[in-house]
Amino acid sequence: MLYLALFISFFKIGLFGFGGGLAILSLIQMEVENHGWMNEQEFVDIVAVSQVTPGPIGINCATYVGYTVGGFWGSVLSTFAIVLPSLIIMLTICKVYFRLQTKYQGNPYFEQTLKMLRFTVIGLIASAALLLIKPTTFIDSTSWIIFAAVCIFTILPQLYKNKVTETLSHPILLILFAGLAGLLVYSL
Amino acid sequence: MFFPLFWTYLKIGTFTLGGGYAMLPLIQREVVDRKGWIDEDEYLNMIALAQAAPGLIAVNSAIFIGWRVGGWRGVCGAVLGAVLPSFLIILAIAMIFQDWKEIPAVEAAFKGIRPAVVALIAAPLFKLAKSAMKAKGQQTKEKGQNAVFLLVSLAAALLIWLGHVNPVWVILATFVITLCSIWLSSYHSSK
Repeated sequence: MLYLALFISFFKIGLFGFGGGLAILSLIQMEVENHGWMNEQEFVDIVAVSQVTPGPIGINCATYVGYTVGGFWGSVLSTFAIVLPSLIIMLTICKVYFRLQTKYQGNPYFEQTLKMLRFTVIGLIASAALLLIKPTTFIDSTSWIIFAAVCIFTILPQLYKNKVTETLSHPILLILFAGLAGLLVYSL
Repeated sequence: MFFPLFWTYLKIGTFTLGGGYAMLPLIQREVVDRKGWIDEDEYLNMIALAQAAPGLIAVNSAIFIGWRVGGWRGVCGAVLGAVLPSFLIILAIAMIFQDWKEIPAVEAAFKGIRPAVVALIAAPLFKLAKSAMKAKGQQTKEKGQNAVFLLVSLAAALLIWLGHVNPVWVILATFVITLCSIWLSSYHSSK
């Protein structure tokens, strides 16, 4: 039954996961929360590992959540289930595309729907961040300082674009710095 | 065509850090510039379709290119290549990490990492909003249109955050509302 629940959840996530990895996080989080599979803290740890390892964040996250909930076969099933809707839908799209060679760029219906979706996805990503601000993840004022610092370093290249700001905005580097900060503050 | 696609995507999947969007430039270099499997124009169409379809952009692009280059075998090769490195690396980490979590130093580091992860999710929002407002669409010429669009984002965020509405419903609602509004505006202009 657990395997069935995992399969259905991740199939749903794959089917409605528009807008890439970050937006998919909000769907994964909702499934994890509704099933009571883990708390925010465990989920954030999984997201952290997913961001510093190679490959798409959605696949990383699905594999990790699947493993935590249902062991090896749980991870196989979750990863397969998140890819399956893509396979069905994208192959259908491909068949139509290669038969008609339609120009999707410039089609007003296509572009307008895509544009609206982008704004919904922004809301989805915002909600993922907001839902993760909990006493288990933000334990004290240091947490907020780290949060603010990472925000600033990520946005900085858009204000002052140069080599230094671009290097410092790299997510993996920022996670490493945050880990180092945590080590200094909480274990000394 | 199973193996050429498998190896190409395995290489891309193993060496890109930072998620699906970070894979796009590598995909372009390998598939368009080096292998010449598709041209620049087709690549741009692929990105549009891979983003519009549900699921992960990296996987969707693997399906498109796999199908274009090698049919069913190509699809299997490309998708397996894109997914396998992630799967194996995460599996290895997940197996070890259960024990590492008990180490006080690791726990201390993760106390620092958790708020950083939330920031990494939140901070790209400004950039995303800016590029979304510039995106092509029917109604971009009207003033104040972007404010309405941002209200959509805000409503979506609040519904999920405070209302605990499943994001699935928010996405379905977006489709219904957008298609209705396009239908209404074309109905009005035809009168």
